[in-house]
Amino acid sequence: MSGLPDPRLPTGPLATAWRRSRDGLPLISPLRKRQLRIVVVGSGLAGSAAAASLAEQGYQVQLVTFHDSPRRAHSVAAQGGINAAKNYANDGDSVERLFADTLKGGDFRAREAGCYRLAEISGAIIDQCVAQGVPFAREYGGTLANRNFGGSLVSRTFYARGQTGQQLLYGAYQALMRQVAAGRVELLTRREMLELVTQAGVARGVVCRNLLSGELETYTANAVVLASGGYTNVYYLSTNALKSNASAIWRAHLEGALFANPCFTQIHPTCIPSGDAYQSKLTLMSESLRNDGRVWLPLKAGDRRPPDQIPEAERDYFLERQYPSYGNMVPRDVASRRARELCNGGHGVGPGGRSVYLDFHDAIANQGSEIIEARYGNLFEMYQRITGDDPMAAPMRIYPAPHYTMGGLWVDYHLMSSIPGLFVLGEANFSEHGANRLGASALMQGLADGYFIAPATVTAWLAEQGATAIGPDDAAVREACLEAGQRAQGRIEALLAVAGTRPVDSFHRALGQLMLEHCGISRSVAGLGAGLAAVAELEAQFQQDLRVPGGADEPNGELEKALRLSDFFGLAQLMLRDALAREESCGAHFREEHQSSGGEAVRDDQHFAHIAAWEHRPGAAPIRHQEPLSFSLLQPSTRNYQ
Amino acid sequence: MSGLISLTLRIWRQRSPDSPGAYASYRLEQVSADLSLLEALDLLNEQLISAGERPVGFEHDCREGICGSCGFLVNGQAHGPQAATTVCQLYLRRFNDGETLVLAPWQAKAFPPIQDLVVDRSALDRLIEAGGFCSVNTGNAPDANAILVGRDQAASAFETATCIGCGACVASCRNASASLFVAAKLAHLAQLPQGQPERAARAEAMQQQMGREGFGSCSNQLECEAVCPKQISADWISWMHGERRRTAGSGG
Repeated sequence: MSGLPDPRLPTGPLATAWRRSRDGLPLISPLRKRQLRIVVVGSGLAGSAAAASLAEQGYQVQLVTFHDSPRRAHSVAAQGGINAAKNYANDGDSVERLFADTLKGGDFRAREAGCYRLAEISGAIIDQCVAQGVPFAREYGGTLANRNFGGSLVSRTFYARGQTGQQLLYGAYQALMRQVAAGRVELLTRREMLELVTQAGVARGVVCRNLLSGELETYTANAVVLASGGYTNVYYLSTNALKSNASAIWRAHLEGALFANPCFTQIHPTCIPSGDAYQSKLTLMSESLRNDGRVWLPLKAGDRRPPDQIPEAERDYFLERQYPSYGNMVPRDVASRRARELCNGGHGVGPGGRSVYLDFHDAIANQGSEIIEARYGNLFEMYQRITGDDPMAAPMRIYPAPHYTMGGLWVDYHLMSSIPGLFVLGEANFSEHGANRLGASALMQGLADGYFIAPATVTAWLAEQGATAIGPDDAAVREACLEAGQRAQGRIEALLAVAGTRPVDSFHRALGQLMLEHCGISRSVAGLGAGLAAVAELEAQFQQDLRVPGGADEPNGELEKALRLSDFFGLAQLMLRDALAREESCGAHFREEHQSSGGEAVRDDQHFAHIAAWEHRPGAAPIRHQEPLSFSLLQPSTRNYQ
Repeated sequence: MSGLISLTLRIWRQRSPDSPGAYASYRLEQVSADLSLLEALDLLNEQLISAGERPVGFEHDCREGICGSCGFLVNGQAHGPQAATTVCQLYLRRFNDGETLVLAPWQAKAFPPIQDLVVDRSALDRLIEAGGFCSVNTGNAPDANAILVGRDQAASAFETATCIGCGACVASCRNASASLFVAAKLAHLAQLPQGQPERAARAEAMQQQMGREGFGSCSNQLECEAVCPKQISADWISWMHGERRRTAGSGG
């Protein structure tokens, strides 16, 4: 594989583009579908939705997940909601407006056609989920309730209390289990994908490690679908579940799949900060807290007094000071950046000076404790459970935390990667969020990909292959499986053979600190260069001083972690390279060299209105391909929150 | 910030399903009381690895109480002493300095052991597979607002749908019954119009599957409700027992 494949973007008016594309796609007879196998990796919203929908069409589907049950996938943790352009609120919403918000929110670094299609499909997702019995919030009259969510002037977010992801995932999971009952989906739980099998440049299957027996198992198929989620855990401490990892997409990348915009990662400003070195997780606190909470830090650097002993005049309500019109409600990336700057300047509070206050004192004084309690009670309880402190009595401490990755494997309009037969869905692909994802749109994208796009485009690809194509049981495919299996075996043996002194987590913590420092909220030429050198050095130490106890032929959590971390090392270096090459600030990617005198991001549309798609070359530096972005319905504009 | 704490952990160690198991004691000296119990196990595991020993196997993932992966008995209580809490959200500050905590895996015939604190809960998936869904294919849904559901009814369906499938209800029941798990799913779907067409068949199939998996019958002790991290009410079990009568003759 070399060069950038045709992204197969639709022509003609955007408003009818998806329908016209879909109507032109070739079909397959129901009888033939029963003879075709599809392997899906990942059981979150995108994977479960795709597996269920493809099985409903008659395909034989195998679903691989490292969890003990598909219901555990990290989609389950999404809190806020899911956007849809239903205009149920009669407040002027439309497909065009959701499209515009998505494209603008992504700072014009996503494909127009993809964003439009996402907005167009959004309504059907809600219909589908409701039909499955997803218990969305309702009005007294029985219609669906909507709420506002960051970055939008209309009410288009559907929700199930603070557990929308959980309820949507259970809807998809139940649809999936129905197909398991029907014999059309085989569940392959407690298996982790270690290699992609390609033969003649086409995806033919996957090699997995059975996490109970340690056996390497090969599953061949007529098409492979990766829906394995994002790579935020490259930062170690994040809002992601601990086992979320990049191995499936990274292994596909090493086999030839282009990786797009790896440096586009989102940091969420309101998370419970880290305290102890052994803290394993940064828990997200809903952004809605910024509606009433005031963000502040001591005016004087190094002021260690407890918050109630710092008088009003010695406090810096820095967001209100710097952004008089938006105040505490500035977008995620802006709030995160300002907090980091002041903490770096010695103003931070809490352990290590790595947090800022979010203070409800004034809100309680003005509105009464009952109203604030009713509005945020569940969040305060969650905060108190984790920290032991009561936000009604003392200000909360928050700090930005890595949350979501917009980058991922490059896919064309059909969600097919640069490896024919390999489709990538949900957070694992790079698609519609550009340089920054808007709230309540990750669930939308995962389900659009899984329920509606992949079932149409995977079918089209299989139809194009015709009946004479090489099947998954062909001798050449079996040969490729053996090779892929040997690659996986070799990696496992190498990790077990190191016999050093340090556990995996100690390396992962170190990698996370490096990435947060050099490729986090703020990036610079010097920092990225230093990061590249430091990550390479850490990787070398990892290869020399790692200790993985136990063997390969039993449940071995440390071996699982070591395999994941070895892939994060490669990905971390690609992220740093990508951030270095993108000489502009856009969305969540802030380059210190590219800011206005007021410290705001400066985008460079002349040179960087493109998708960066990286090609792996064994033993050589990766190649950066560019897919130009053009805009017809909406022209790039500049953000301003002052 | 609650300072430092020292604890003794007595943990069930069992290398594989067919190898013998036994309790082993470990000391945690002067660790931060702000660690969760699972973070304390992470720390213990790093110490074990450095000492060349096999780390303790336990299930976990999201560490924010929603994925349902984690769960074991802490001093005999599923998910430990704090109400409405999964073990990943249980913090050491909840315990006294010098205390001994006994950590044991879920014990139920339907949950065969795997390793240490890890058991096989796939029986819960098979209960859902038996009928815990609405049979609707992708693409043939009507407009979402064509199905009206009263606000309180939707909220009540939501309450039952919040079950995270952790298995604590089974582990805490004298009969290792999955009644609360099954009742919660039946109640979620039976309270919504979408769940009506298959209501009777679903109730029948899921309850029969419960027997086939080796779960016992309800012990009426309400331990399941007491340990449920999502506080799902055991009243739904009595409700479930009335489903056969209510749906008799509906043919669904």
